[in-house]
Amino acid sequence: MLLEVENLSVTIGRVTPLDGVSFGLDRGQILGLVGESGSGKSLTALAVTGLLPLIGGRVSGGAVRFQGKDLAGMKPAALRALRGRRIGFVTQNPMTALDPVQRIGAQVDVVSRLHLGLSAGAARARTLDLLTQLRIPEAAAVCEAYPHQLSGGMKQRIVIAMALAGEPELIVADEPTTALDVTVQAQIIHILATLVRERGLGLVLITHDMGVVAQVCDRVAVLYAGRLAEAREVRGLFAAPRHPYTAALIGCIPREGMAPGALTGIPGAVPSVTAYPPGCRFHPRCPRALPACATEVPALTGGALACLNPLEMPHG
Amino acid sequence: MLNYLARRLLALIPVFLAVSLVIFLILHLIPGDPVDNLLKVGASASQRAEIEARYGLDRPLPVQYAIWLGNLVQGDLGTAIIGRRPVIDIIAQALPHSLMLGGLALLFSSVVGVALGVVAALHRDRWPDQAIMGGVLVGSTMPGFWLGLLLILVFAVWLGWFPVSGARGWASLVLPVLTIGLGGTALVTRVTRVAMIEASQRDFVMLLHAKGLSPLRIQLFHVLRHALIPVVTILALRIGWILGGAVTVEVVFARPGLGTTLIKALNQHDYPVVQACLLMLAMAVMLGTLLGDILQALMDPRVRAAQAGAAR
Repeated sequence: MLLEVENLSVTIGRVTPLDGVSFGLDRGQILGLVGESGSGKSLTALAVTGLLPLIGGRVSGGAVRFQGKDLAGMKPAALRALRGRRIGFVTQNPMTALDPVQRIGAQVDVVSRLHLGLSAGAARARTLDLLTQLRIPEAAAVCEAYPHQLSGGMKQRIVIAMALAGEPELIVADEPTTALDVTVQAQIIHILATLVRERGLGLVLITHDMGVVAQVCDRVAVLYAGRLAEAREVRGLFAAPRHPYTAALIGCIPREGMAPGALTGIPGAVPSVTAYPPGCRFHPRCPRALPACATEVPALTGGALACLNPLEMPHG
Repeated sequence: MLNYLARRLLALIPVFLAVSLVIFLILHLIPGDPVDNLLKVGASASQRAEIEARYGLDRPLPVQYAIWLGNLVQGDLGTAIIGRRPVIDIIAQALPHSLMLGGLALLFSSVVGVALGVVAALHRDRWPDQAIMGGVLVGSTMPGFWLGLLLILVFAVWLGWFPVSGARGWASLVLPVLTIGLGGTALVTRVTRVAMIEASQRDFVMLLHAKGLSPLRIQLFHVLRHALIPVVTILALRIGWILGGAVTVEVVFARPGLGTTLIKALNQHDYPVVQACLLMLAMAVMLGTLLGDILQALMDPRVRAAQAGAAR
């Protein structure tokens, strides 16, 4: 397995916003990491890229295994050799992701110079090649430009080019389209999906857009308030969600032929880290909650479902 | 960029006129008369009128201003009333000393201040940071003349490494430069530290880490570059201040310079000299500000883009 996250807990200061998150990913696969804001998706991304120390956090339990090696036990230098080289990272907001005082070309070049040991000339040639593959017109002119001279969609392509420049096996994309126009969103998702198929990359796609998940992902991990609710192969999950939270998320996707007003949303909000409820963290908002849900933390059954009163498996 | 430079220089002209008018008026509106210093006790009214006529002091103020300004743009700063020699000579004698002292002090506080600020920021909230910020606090609260006296006592009197006073040779520059430079260092250190910490929390820094760059490289080549933008602005603003603010230090070390010239001329009500000194200081502030803006534009492509946009 390319990436294996097992019972991962993350601690920042005195709070533990993430605990008991597990999922796995093979090469050539896209894993959708979904959940509302505050469910711990971005923290998971930082844990997988070894960037938790930047926000003062650390892995306090479980393991993040990349190609069989646990990242949590690695020295900073070893992690750095991995980041940009084997694990590429695409951030949420391309508007602020690039260094505003450095030319685009240099920002992409540095990855292949650092990790692949290319000369300045070879690195630039590679950058031009990458930009062209990502359908960036006039790649040579873009290399000489500064970030403020490019559109949001262009900038996100540059960020993707930086993630690809080290020939990685895994890309972690943290809501890569949230800050972009709807038309551009589809293009960026298409680019990422194509890369996975063509290059056999693994992609962790963090999103709160269940529509995108249904279109491009192979597997889904649903997070709620820092815990895994359900992790499964995508078709089964959409056809017959077992966790009430998954079902509620799917219910939030507008569909053809839906009666006006049928789109309900989920009442209430994700609890904050300091106010996680006891028992199952979803029980205050759950339509299927049992009395036991308020006290008993549901264990992951079959490694993929954490619910005391799941929806029925479809018969047949 | 050249276009921008030309526009900024043109914009300095009205500022210059306003400053020159204020300098001219302040001196004519404050009480005291230089003619008193020139007349013997018991001189007659006709003798007074004669001297006033010689320096044009009997003409109406607007006329005096027009004459002064007219001479000024031709490089003629007038004749010192007390010193009885061309003001331009007095300035030419004092300015190099001030520029040397101010320039070296500025260089010292930039280099040492930025270096200390970087070290403090890299060790944020640990002992090197606390030691540096503590030292900087002591340095910034110590008045220049007292620090100067202290340095003289230790390095000139006790140790005998440098001369006590005067302006002969490089050795005599060390203590005055340190005295002025240490005060500026405190400011630069603090601004650098805060700007580094602020810049390292920006989004793009996260992505630099994600690219696998080493933290030191990120701090020195990316974060520091951003942090230097406000630092350069502050340093440029200090240019004028350092030229004029060196006066106490010039007195303590008995050095010639613009500051001592100004104070002496003020005591003697020597209008042309005072005006020339104030004008030099005002120009230093104006040029410093301009220099700061230019450096900022050179360091930040977004500022250049905003200027190009404003020019259209």
